[in-house]
Amino acid sequence: MDKRSPILEAHQFFRRGPVSAEGWSQLVGRGRDWESFYRDRWRHDRVVRSTHGVNCTGSCSWNVYVKDGLITWESQAVDYPSTGPDMPEYEPRGCPRGASFSWYTYSPLRVRYPYVRGSLLELFRRALAEHGDPVDAWASIVEDPELSARYKSQRGRGGFVRASWPEVVRLVASAHVYTIKRYGPDRVAGFTPIPAMSMASYASGTRFLSLVGGVILSFYDWYSDLPPASPQTFGDQTDVPESGDWWNAGYLIVWGTNLPTTRTPDAHFMAEARYRGQKVVVVSPDYAEHTKFADHWLPARPGTDGALATAMGHVILKEFWVDRRVDYFAEYAARFTDLPLLVTLRARDGGAHVPDRFLRASDLGSREEHAEWKTVALDERTGVPFVPNGAAGHRWQGEEGAWNLKLEGASPLLTLHAEGCDVAEVDLPRFDAEGVLRRGVPVRRVGAQLVTTVLDLLLAQYGVSRPGLPGEWPAGYDDPQPYTPAWQEPITGVDRHLAVRVAREFARNAELTKGRSMIAMGAGTNHWFHSDTIYRSFLALVLLCGCEGRNGGGWAHYVGQEKVRPLSGWQTVAFALDWVRPPRHQSGTPWFYLATDQWRYEGVRPEDLAWPGGRGLFRGRHVADLNALGARLGWLPAHPAFDRNPLDLADEAGRAGLDPAEHVVRELRAGRLGFACEDPDAPQNVPRVLTVWRANVLGSSGKGHEYFLKHLLGTPEPGVRATELPEGSRPRDVAWRDPAPEGKLDLLTTIDFRMTSNALFSDVVLPAATWYEKVDLSSTDLHPFVHTFSAAIPPPWETKSDWDAFRLIAAEFSRLAERHLGVRRDVVAAPLAHDSPDELAQPFGEVRDWRAGECEPVPGRTMPKLVVVERDYPAVAAKHGALGPLVEELGIVTKGASWMPLEELRELAAANGVVRGGPADGRPSLERVEHACEAILALSGTTNGRLAVEGFRSLERRAGVPLADLAGTRAGERITLHDAQVQPRTVITSPEWSGIEAHGRRYAPFTINVERAKPWHTLTGRQQLYLDHAWMLELGEGLPVFRPPLAYTRIYGDQGSGDGSRPELTLSFVTPHSKWSIHSEYQDNLHMLTLFRGGAMLWLSREDAETLGIRDNDWVELYNRNGVVDCRAAVTHRVPKGVCMMYHAKDRHLNTPRTELLGNRGGTDNSLTRITMKPTHLVGGYAQLSFGFNYYGPIGSQRDEVTVVRKRSQELEF
Amino acid sequence: MRVRAQVAMVMNLDKCIGCHTCSVTCKQVWTNRPGTEYVWFNNVETKPGLGYPRRYEDQERWKGGWTLDRRGKLKLKAGGRGWKLLNVFWNPDLPTIDDYYEPWTYDYDTLISAPLSERDPVARPFSQLTGEPMTVRGGPNWDDNLAGAPEHAHADPLLRGIEDRVRMEYEQAFMFFLPRICEHCLNPSCVASCPSGAMYKRDEDGIVLVDQDRCRGWRFCVSGCPYKKVYFNHRTGKAEKCTLCYPRIEAGQPTICSETCVGRIRYLGLVLYDADRVEAAASVPDERDLLEAQMGVFLDPSDPEVQAQARRDGIPEDWLQAALRSPVYTLAVRYRLALPLHPEYRTLPMVWYVPPLSPVVNALETDGYEADPDDVFPAIDALRIPVEYLANLLSAGDADVIRAVLRRLAAMRAYMRKREVLGEVDESLPASVGLGAADLETMYRLLAIAKYDDRYVIPKAHAELGRRLMEQQGACGLDFAGGPGNCGAVEPRTGNEGFMLTALEHGGGLPADAAPPRVHDDLLRPLLDGRLAPEAGG
Repeated sequence: MDKRSPILEAHQFFRRGPVSAEGWSQLVGRGRDWESFYRDRWRHDRVVRSTHGVNCTGSCSWNVYVKDGLITWESQAVDYPSTGPDMPEYEPRGCPRGASFSWYTYSPLRVRYPYVRGSLLELFRRALAEHGDPVDAWASIVEDPELSARYKSQRGRGGFVRASWPEVVRLVASAHVYTIKRYGPDRVAGFTPIPAMSMASYASGTRFLSLVGGVILSFYDWYSDLPPASPQTFGDQTDVPESGDWWNAGYLIVWGTNLPTTRTPDAHFMAEARYRGQKVVVVSPDYAEHTKFADHWLPARPGTDGALATAMGHVILKEFWVDRRVDYFAEYAARFTDLPLLVTLRARDGGAHVPDRFLRASDLGSREEHAEWKTVALDERTGVPFVPNGAAGHRWQGEEGAWNLKLEGASPLLTLHAEGCDVAEVDLPRFDAEGVLRRGVPVRRVGAQLVTTVLDLLLAQYGVSRPGLPGEWPAGYDDPQPYTPAWQEPITGVDRHLAVRVAREFARNAELTKGRSMIAMGAGTNHWFHSDTIYRSFLALVLLCGCEGRNGGGWAHYVGQEKVRPLSGWQTVAFALDWVRPPRHQSGTPWFYLATDQWRYEGVRPEDLAWPGGRGLFRGRHVADLNALGARLGWLPAHPAFDRNPLDLADEAGRAGLDPAEHVVRELRAGRLGFACEDPDAPQNVPRVLTVWRANVLGSSGKGHEYFLKHLLGTPEPGVRATELPEGSRPRDVAWRDPAPEGKLDLLTTIDFRMTSNALFSDVVLPAATWYEKVDLSSTDLHPFVHTFSAAIPPPWETKSDWDAFRLIAAEFSRLAERHLGVRRDVVAAPLAHDSPDELAQPFGEVRDWRAGECEPVPGRTMPKLVVVERDYPAVAAKHGALGPLVEELGIVTKGASWMPLEELRELAAANGVVRGGPADGRPSLERVEHACEAILALSGTTNGRLAVEGFRSLERRAGVPLADLAGTRAGERITLHDAQVQPRTVITSPEWSGIEAHGRRYAPFTINVERAKPWHTLTGRQQLYLDHAWMLELGEGLPVFRPPLAYTRIYGDQGSGDGSRPELTLSFVTPHSKWSIHSEYQDNLHMLTLFRGGAMLWLSREDAETLGIRDNDWVELYNRNGVVDCRAAVTHRVPKGVCMMYHAKDRHLNTPRTELLGNRGGTDNSLTRITMKPTHLVGGYAQLSFGFNYYGPIGSQRDEVTVVRKRSQELEF
Repeated sequence: MRVRAQVAMVMNLDKCIGCHTCSVTCKQVWTNRPGTEYVWFNNVETKPGLGYPRRYEDQERWKGGWTLDRRGKLKLKAGGRGWKLLNVFWNPDLPTIDDYYEPWTYDYDTLISAPLSERDPVARPFSQLTGEPMTVRGGPNWDDNLAGAPEHAHADPLLRGIEDRVRMEYEQAFMFFLPRICEHCLNPSCVASCPSGAMYKRDEDGIVLVDQDRCRGWRFCVSGCPYKKVYFNHRTGKAEKCTLCYPRIEAGQPTICSETCVGRIRYLGLVLYDADRVEAAASVPDERDLLEAQMGVFLDPSDPEVQAQARRDGIPEDWLQAALRSPVYTLAVRYRLALPLHPEYRTLPMVWYVPPLSPVVNALETDGYEADPDDVFPAIDALRIPVEYLANLLSAGDADVIRAVLRRLAAMRAYMRKREVLGEVDESLPASVGLGAADLETMYRLLAIAKYDDRYVIPKAHAELGRRLMEQQGACGLDFAGGPGNCGAVEPRTGNEGFMLTALEHGGGLPADAAPPRVHDDLLRPLLDGRLAPEAGG
């Protein structure tokens, strides 16, 4: 800068230049050198592409700016591949949260060094000095009740000390080695969610766990982001349109997902599609950001969406199916849904029937292979039953080529209704009131069975009358019987006229556009205990209108970044499928339910969920009993599996000269061996070591937070207010131990870059590199690209990427394993798997318990598969760092498509280099994270056209329809890490997914199914509205039905303070996704805190606030049986009376005072929640209702919860 | 006619999702430093609400912008030069820190460093100004999404005249978002308010800047701006404001707030205007005529006479080409979809807004049983946001102006729906709003498809007009003692080398002998002391 005389300057300031003609302005000629001030600020040295690895559907490409070696700021990349000239682009993608990320890099919240709680480190050092061997040292601490209680009781209470990486890694590795040796590898677990948000970082630890035999916890179902309705209806985990396909919708209902807030980068497609003539309808209890874009706002009360949807279904069935036949809808349904399939009726007391199971080819006397897995329809022209292609039985039969949706000249009859048809009365469930609905359906007798069609049942359930059918039917829309528009009005609060109008417009739009009507749905309608019935009532709307498998139509469920587009390569690396199969995948919800002892407080009785037409299958059983039943029937995984170390089981078998599986069955039969989940609090059955990375279970997703603190961690001041179940209400089959264990875990490790609650309560905290300091891959369902993380700067201080951290842990583990473990055999109990022949294990959906003598225990049929694998423990690190031989020995199989990537192996060996020496000699290297990324991309069809074609060819043989051309145009393409670092790359159409994306076409799910007659992965091969498993029928959920939220006030009674001095109200407690964070990430970021109110808020209606004497920004206290939370109030009129809202993932580490009620530190939003499991989510071994990791399993729902609210003292204590 | 080019912006509020990404990226790039903690060159407000700083739109209180004197001449609402001299050491129109908010942070490090304690450690807020523990009572977006609206929103100045009709009740709820940056006005009252002559409007692109070398920290620009978009940096003692990202604009890149706008609501482009008509336009007696008056200042870039004069006035050829493609001109002038923010302030703002549509009032939609499913869009008159409310924001209270815009948007939607869903082209729809079908399709492409190159048409700066290039090419980037500086930070030049600056000083300015305020070591004092003055309390 030039220096000038201040005196001269002062003179210049007031100098006047030539005045303009009008005398009102003047021109001043002077230098503008000072303008370099802001130019210098803007200048930077380097721009690096990265993204944010947070569980969010964003997966946005960002430019990270580096200046003088510092990360300064970030802005969105705008160079996505084009969508073509006639639609908006994917640019920019990003949100305020992502934009604030670089704040973390140098913030005081950053974890810069490894930390261990002082007491534990001291114990470990002392024990090591005494014992010399780290594993022995660890044993001496955890097996000593006094010593272990000392450090466990200090969890969360500060007192961290710095330690070196080698020392901490030794401690962590010792805990793993000891626990595996003493209790078994299935007592070691890891939690890391959402691989798509950073695939290699996810894989770093799961690959380690897979090699040692540890337990990998699922997250999608635990988060309650999994919509069970998707596997139930589609046989698919979740498959949804990319956001660009919203543009193609002519009618969009946004139902339970606040697109601008939770799909921030993509909301513009919705805003813009309105200009293309799209109508937008929003259903939400609060007037939120998305409501702003609606043409109509339907303010349905929380949790009542199913009532509105069934009423809309009533209107559509009446106007578009009964009063008038829409050919497009009927033809779609006949071909792609189960509506024409025949269902048997079971006689019930009182002369009526109840819907039972699908009629099968076996009922027709067929002896062909898997006849009991082939469903039946009537041919419209001949009236004769026939077996349409495409059922599960066709999929897995020896003869290939019949697994397709070709009708071969037949035409399925949708309804049996005709003049003079036979009729029968059926009882149908209702849950809005006591009793059942008795209505007539047209029937036919086929063989010994009385049958009707799914459509006929649906019309009866939805109350749409037709001439000649007996029973009670609504007289019209204004007759308040299920499911009329008038009926839903008092339940939802939505005007009946509006409900009719929207239903009619939705269907009419679909009729005119051949299915371009869409429903965007999300957590607001999915996080409920009865999420599946809500969603199935939505799916009924899109299926009745022929919208699924159409661009611009169908369901658009967005909760969680669940879509790993390069799925096959990622699975191979993440679960070490290249070395050993199967991994110990575990459903998160039952694991946490048992590990945190939430089951000991269970008030929901399964039998109360059944309908009067059920058979009493749940009578006297606790939720944990049903879980145990599911485990022993092989339905869902249950790790730890047995009440004995699975390594020891293999040894015992060896000593007895028996096959380990045979030994296990024999021991089980003899009652000498039990399942761990039948005695979950026994010391030998509890999980011992848990590592959490890329997650904040305690501060974010840990539903039942206070139960975690009490039972899993053993902290001294948990906020649980509930008492345990009294005798008489306890499980029948699951053992009850008193007192309940506290502090089950011996070691909780967190790897993170910021100090969250999970880190605060951990024993060990390892410093992670941030998303701007490492290399990784990212994808999402919202956009069709794969793109990368890149390191803008090297990991600062002592931080490390997850990949490098687990490489270190694996190395130390292997070293310690030499002496303590060696090579062992391990018996893995694996559930019956979806997309494999296992799913034909238990025909007709009947439940037979070998323990009760109802069948024989046969592994893989009536109980879990028992697979014996070799664990070369000293070789774990070597295997972790190299691609193993099973890739070429067994190939890669995903969802039934398979390929043999031999060419790719050669290329990877050349690109990554090969390992020299040791157990992985000659194998392609995975030592560096870049190697892992290259392997993921090379082995997947979405990123490797050659494999996509090969996979489609394998499906072509199975299905007998042409498919390979779908990827053919890109057969020669390979997307490498470098390609994706240069620019986000559009993925290739692949059998890993169900949509066609070529020539600029937007991804919509199931377009392959609809356009190529490829079946869905369901029992019937079609999209199923009807589910005939015995437990589904027991709950009265064969068809979509409306079930209200769980009535926790009725179940648990008043949960107030018992102190009458101040007013309190019990409100529906709704926890939507935050505007200022992505789960718990960013909620402690100063920019985000500044942009709202500096911490967690409870949104309260003005009416409730007035009742409670609460003014805006007052401190309030929330409490129920589960815990207590303190925060401030945001009083608003955009929230209805009776509902309060707290953005979810309120962590407890910022400005959280002590509670008035208990004096403990106020908790998180999940201090008020406690999970329970829906029995039907446990079902397995039955077609699409078979286990898949993050595919089917009980969801950890939390939204039915209520809380008591009152104003608290404004004097705070911390 | 004196042709000038202005880089101007349009924001389509109908597309704004209220995400605040613009605020964060702007903050990170420009005001993420001590002295500007509370400064948001770009902020987003929920409407109805009080805004940032609170109630800044109440010019009876803050005296920002211009008014007309008894003779109908423009004068600063806060008073002229004499008044300023009287109030030079205490400006009653200056917002205090509480009108903005007291910036805070947390003692985050306690989470890692806490010794073994009774219970889990917690990070608590403390002031970034005083370093003392504090209770958070305000923020730059305190009333986000109608938070606190039942208690506070009645004080929203935009409710003027409709207070009795708009109640903060669930059934009536409505809201929209208003992102704001500096308006880079044609008649900037901040520039005119500066006693030091430190502010200027750049001649070549109209960007309004505070010369950081010349600013003496009087802060009359802060109070003089009716949009409260000039801020006081309490570390440097100087005013700072949105620079329209001129380092990027000069390179042909959009502003940070624009490029990072994920709602894709922002447009940047040139508007040519007649500098000789500015004063008259700002001086029309009736506030409701200001919109048309400002329209009259703009020049048609396709008019050969305008082009000829522009060339004579030194506007480069590629700038004229850019003006022809300007999305701002198309939206604001050609299709009259965008409107100026508070034209009644008479500053002739250059950031314009497309008003938002909103859901229909449910009570007006109960004919569902008879609804024709092929006619899906509700009538404009039934929308939730009162047009009078929008009129108080964008058209000096003239509701018909708002209705006309909303009708054009609705006609475009209806026309496109017929085309896309029913496969019909209905020529009557464009005609009903005085446009042709091709016009609606142009609007549609610009508003909906909105490609990057159509949203941002920004000609690059012509460095050759103002610099000794051969010399600078070799020295660019060097900035050592006696060195030549950063591509232009050379010795002060004498004479006019092409950078003609237009400083607007109407009634502003102080006598040359007035002393600038003393710059205290603790520059916070003025901010914090101000809050103690009872008249200035928020």
